[in-house]
Amino acid sequence: MTNILSVSNVSKVFGAVRALDGVSFGVMANEVVGLIGENGAGKSTLLKVLNGVYQPDEGVITNAAGSLTLRSPLDAEHAGIGMVHQEQSLLLNISVAENLYLGRESQFIRYGKINWKAMHGAARRQLEKVKLSIPPATRTELLSFAQRQMVELAKALILEEEHEDGLVILLDEPTSVLENDEIKILFDRVRTLRDRVSFVFVSHRLDEVMELSDRMYVMRDGKVVGQMTQEEATTAKAHEMMVGRNLDHDYYSSDKRKDIGSDTALSVEDLSRPGEFSDVSFDIKQGEILGICGVIGSGRESVMRCIAGLAPPQAGTISVGGRIKTLKSPSKAVNTGIGYVPQERRVEGLVMQLSVMENISLPSIGQFKKFGLISTTLQKTAAAKWVKRLSIRPPDYSLPASSLSGGNQQKVVLAKWIQAGAGILVLDHPTRGVDVGAKQEVYELIRELAAQGIAILLTADTLEESLGLSDKIIVMRDQKITARFSMQEDEPKQVDIIRSMV
Amino acid sequence: MLKKIKPFVPLLMLLFLCVAIGLIAPRFLSVGNFVRITSSASVPLILICGQTFIILIGSIDLSLEGTLAVAAVMVGLLGQWVGGTAFVLLAFPIAIVGGSMIGFLNGAVHVYLKVPSLLTSLGFGFAGLGLATVLADGGSITITDPLLRYAVFHRLLGFPMSAWIGLAALLVALYVQDQTRLGRWAYVLGGGEEVAKLSGIPIQRVRVALFVMAGAFFGLGGAVLGSQLGLGQIQITTGYLFTTITAVVVGGTTLTGGVGGILNSIVGVFVIMVLANGMVLMGIPTSVQLGLQGLLTIAAVAISLDRKRLVAVK
Repeated sequence: MTNILSVSNVSKVFGAVRALDGVSFGVMANEVVGLIGENGAGKSTLLKVLNGVYQPDEGVITNAAGSLTLRSPLDAEHAGIGMVHQEQSLLLNISVAENLYLGRESQFIRYGKINWKAMHGAARRQLEKVKLSIPPATRTELLSFAQRQMVELAKALILEEEHEDGLVILLDEPTSVLENDEIKILFDRVRTLRDRVSFVFVSHRLDEVMELSDRMYVMRDGKVVGQMTQEEATTAKAHEMMVGRNLDHDYYSSDKRKDIGSDTALSVEDLSRPGEFSDVSFDIKQGEILGICGVIGSGRESVMRCIAGLAPPQAGTISVGGRIKTLKSPSKAVNTGIGYVPQERRVEGLVMQLSVMENISLPSIGQFKKFGLISTTLQKTAAAKWVKRLSIRPPDYSLPASSLSGGNQQKVVLAKWIQAGAGILVLDHPTRGVDVGAKQEVYELIRELAAQGIAILLTADTLEESLGLSDKIIVMRDQKITARFSMQEDEPKQVDIIRSMV
Repeated sequence: MLKKIKPFVPLLMLLFLCVAIGLIAPRFLSVGNFVRITSSASVPLILICGQTFIILIGSIDLSLEGTLAVAAVMVGLLGQWVGGTAFVLLAFPIAIVGGSMIGFLNGAVHVYLKVPSLLTSLGFGFAGLGLATVLADGGSITITDPLLRYAVFHRLLGFPMSAWIGLAALLVALYVQDQTRLGRWAYVLGGGEEVAKLSGIPIQRVRVALFVMAGAFFGLGGAVLGSQLGLGQIQITTGYLFTTITAVVVGGTTLTGGVGGILNSIVGVFVIMVLANGMVLMGIPTSVQLGLQGLLTIAAVAISLDRKRLVAVK
């Protein structure tokens, strides 16, 4: 059988990162193709390339008509590729019909006037395809998430009229906002529509992809590492393909693992935040590094933000140094000695226009007062100390934070928390946006901080990082903890962790 | 439950005011008074036809008074230079065209030079006032043409023509809002400009078109205002910007855009006019009146604001 859509040797590079590396992938008529892989494997980048949001740096995309240049989602639509988005792209303040025909209203216009009757009639026909029987004039805000998902699917199906065969619809994590019975309905519809349309299905839930797809591709580090048909696919095989690199122990300074203290720095019991995570319990001793593994939507990022004081829990307790604390706000968390190194460094971690020195003294500014006024001399002394200890480059602490590289910026963020006397650090993807050379320095720094007795809660970009840096690992999936490992006692491999992650 | 009531708060506020004032000052509830309120509401009703769309797309047009002044002065000048029937037939269309041109400049600078609408419209507002002053030679031009006075003062079914012109403007605005792509796209831009862009909607052209339309309505308002007062002069415009924006916001069209519309703004205009009328009937001094209007605006915005959509309150 021939492909109705193929991707040949496509690569996409962002700075130093190869998000897609020589990917070849094909979709045939009337099939559902699944895409699985860890975070950062390249799934959503591949979808964005197919949807025209990104343009490949190398390689070609082809369909029955020939090779395609997709410079925008509109181009993709003209080529017969539609998309149902993860974060819905419907406008909530207009009606369902208007959303379906957004940008395509001209067919209903006569002498400048919109023919609502015709538009609603056409809308009704489209909604029938997904068996959604709501009045087309309904304001989209009033629909449930599941209904909105169906409207998006109906919107993508409008392309059928222009592409009798060869329509491919990309489903980008459509199940993340749906309940179980709603997922069943979605799958039902997709199976029925498969007679006319092909789908590319991306989900982080392996069992879902295996259930719905006729064929699936496994991605890792931007490459396609394997293909399986529905019959061949087993969870074990998929897990094996998703991991598979050898750990370079020195890379993560695993030899620097010291004996961990006996005092518990942070203890969390039955923490819950409805919709984000539930019944989370763990403790971290002084000098210990606890890594949380999980895919997007597992709840791990929410747990991090909860401890940082950004999202207080609805139930459960957090104890710091043996005392129960309510972390209602980031300032409370900071006063309790918790430092947060956020994912969005440029937005939440540093004030980019302020100097390195000012950033370092920011949360502990009270320490730098002389006679009630801020003393730049004291600030300078502190800044000089950190620049030296952490090898922050360039060593000029009067430069604005924006002029530093990602890795050095991260060092400034860490410096500011240690200066403020943080006993617990919450590190959210600490090496994101840091180039390969600097990552090693950041790992060493993290190990050193632990050696000094700081307790660290870590969410890493890759499983490898988690395994290399952590003393203990907890795995989360679908908002609950599914596994716990102690590195020393259990010596888990990547496969062990993936099993509880997807 | 609060969420379900929210869209009706302005209307409830209006009803409450009518009842309360009616009880305190029964003269309020007379046909003559109602006609009076509607007459004074004529110009604001024309003005909200333009401003509502601008606020719907998340922008703001502060050039209103400048455009009013230019239009009023232009009508005065036309009377001086042309005079007669020709003048009256041309006066209103020329005012509309003049307003549209200012609106075009406003919109174009905002869209193509990427200057926030707050600043461009503020600038063009002052420029407009300046232009009007120059055209009027620093003074004022009297507008006495009887046909023009007829066009605004003649009573039809008990209501002055200015009110009927206001009604006509509202009908045009409602038609644009509900039956044309331009109107619907105003909501789309307010609801999510990124999505609009990805869907191939020409957002820049839509923005400029809406500013041109706003200018047109402001121009019409200026012509009516000038004819009502018999003066082409910049001082007559004072207060209309505040009244218009307050009316739009009080009526329920949020400053963040995407929500509200002409019907909302009509309610908003009447809330303000009823309040002003009532305060006069109740003998409340002018200073207090202004204070109350200010408080009303704050209350209206605080109730209607969709806080979820705000990333940071500035």
